[in-house]
Amino acid sequence: MSRNIYMPYIMVVDKVIDEAPGVKTLRLRFENEEEGNAFEFKAGNFAEYSAFGEGECTFCIASAPTRKGYVECTFRKAGRVTSGLDRLEEGMTMGFRAPLGNAFPIEEWKGKNLVFVAGGIALPPMRAVIDNVLDRRDEFGDVTIVYGAKTVNDLVYKDELKEWDERPDVTLVQTVDPGGETPDWKGEVGFVPSVLEKADPKSDNTVAIVCGPPIMIKFTFPVLEKLGFKDENTFTTLENRMKCGIGKCGRCNVGPMFVCKDGPVFSKVQLNALPPEF
Amino acid sequence: MERLIIKSDNIGTWLAKIIDSVPRVLAPVKDGDKAEFKSIKSADGVDYDSQTTISSVKAAAFPRTETLFAYEKEGMETKLYNVAEDNFVETVIWRARPCDAVGFKPLTSIFNWDYKDELYNQRYDKIAIVTFACTSADKCCFCTSVGGGPGNTEGSDIQVTMIDKEKTLVEVLTDKGEKLVALAKDLFTAAEDSIDKEKALADIPAKFTKEQIHENLAKAFDSPVWKAQSERCLGCGACAFVCPTCACFDIQEDAHGNHGRRVRCWDSCGFSLFTQHTSGHNPRPTQATRWRQRIMHKFSYMPDRLNVYGCTGCGRCSRACPVDMNIAEHLTSIANSSHE
Repeated sequence: MSRNIYMPYIMVVDKVIDEAPGVKTLRLRFENEEEGNAFEFKAGNFAEYSAFGEGECTFCIASAPTRKGYVECTFRKAGRVTSGLDRLEEGMTMGFRAPLGNAFPIEEWKGKNLVFVAGGIALPPMRAVIDNVLDRRDEFGDVTIVYGAKTVNDLVYKDELKEWDERPDVTLVQTVDPGGETPDWKGEVGFVPSVLEKADPKSDNTVAIVCGPPIMIKFTFPVLEKLGFKDENTFTTLENRMKCGIGKCGRCNVGPMFVCKDGPVFSKVQLNALPPEF
Repeated sequence: MERLIIKSDNIGTWLAKIIDSVPRVLAPVKDGDKAEFKSIKSADGVDYDSQTTISSVKAAAFPRTETLFAYEKEGMETKLYNVAEDNFVETVIWRARPCDAVGFKPLTSIFNWDYKDELYNQRYDKIAIVTFACTSADKCCFCTSVGGGPGNTEGSDIQVTMIDKEKTLVEVLTDKGEKLVALAKDLFTAAEDSIDKEKALADIPAKFTKEQIHENLAKAFDSPVWKAQSERCLGCGACAFVCPTCACFDIQEDAHGNHGRRVRCWDSCGFSLFTQHTSGHNPRPTQATRWRQRIMHKFSYMPDRLNVYGCTGCGRCSRACPVDMNIAEHLTSIANSSHE
């Protein structure tokens, strides 16, 4: 039979990293080395991850395409499938259908400043871009990262945040919701949109990339506008529910667009033209 | 295209020959006072009276539940098994309606517009469709409003039209159709030019045009019509399940210990869980937004993206609806309204 588009690659879990309460990162390698060597993706692409016996679920590829030999996904244990993924141990196998969807237009951002704005578990899709950019650091202008979570403990990629914080060529602003701070917390306290406004990144020749829960995105866009960011320079990823990931099962429609095929990356200009179904 | 005549009494004999040589023949069979497509082993018992079956015949190419692949876990490892070739069986669909045959066009577009869905394609490629032109219609039929008609041959391999008690017209439209006629050559004679198919067809006046709907939908997203029309909708999904063009599906796991299969099952945009996120957030939180999606998808998004409409006018959704929502009536009101 010709290629069956629903059959996943078999991946081996090489490493399980505890990120935050209920949040894990799985580092995966292709069981079949040839498939692994032929596999290519771009920052922004997503995947369908299988826990065999439980099903399949959707999230972005959290590692950068510039880091070869593995892919990573970061997820919060929430339902049946993520609970199945959560139970995986190093050496066990799982399924992976990718690369799916479009990507961030990184090549068009060369020479521009970049502002990343992320909330909670939405740092992973952005981290693919951030690492990609940092691996090609001299091709881009200033890099600013504004990242917030509910509590200090809920921040993901704690080691990398430390690394980014120490880099002289990255401005990292971290924040936690009021009440989420610890006595020794050095970062900001407040919600992402207001912390972004306070950080006041320059908007000239700058691209803003926003990822977060719908409510954060809703309040971040007006701040960006106030700071002078143009809609064509503002990007986000939509997170509609999906099953097939390849434009057939019908549930990720936003108006005539399929988040799985036309997205998940959309510019603010594109979003403005879509009905509010996300 | 070849026009042949068969004696009306000989149709059963022809069908018997087809049953003898084709592994699967699907035809309407009475189920209580209604009919459904079933696999038949004998030419007797085919229902020629019902206007349509309850369900469309899409399941022949897009089964209600189908295996996508199977898996077996052993220790740390997982083995995958692809769907075996013998799952795709040569099939004749007998006494479908013209609106059944055209229904495969949007399905084929959905399953091939980008990624090619070979599970669907392999099933569909093995199907030959014999439609019977409609010599009568019921109050739910509206094929002529969406570009079809009682004698529309699009998508059919053969179309049969009952001209009178003695004579039946057989239009052979494709190579697949030729083969079915060749199974019983002696039963056919060439049709005289005087045989008038049009005269035998049902009269189904058009209520609107699909282009009118498409045009009005462009400005109807925020219209109050969605709430008004869907007020009584139960969200049961019956309309999607009987529809010849609805292709939305779910993917589920059928797990049994260390082995199992991944399955695809029909789903419906009318269900509240269809779009609900794990967080509880739902982009389509009300029945009105889901009803709008149903109509928009079929009459706006599909023509825009796939160049095909997602409706054949078969009227099944109206017949199946437990609260008597009549899609033709609703579409007529959309076609006639201005939402500016």
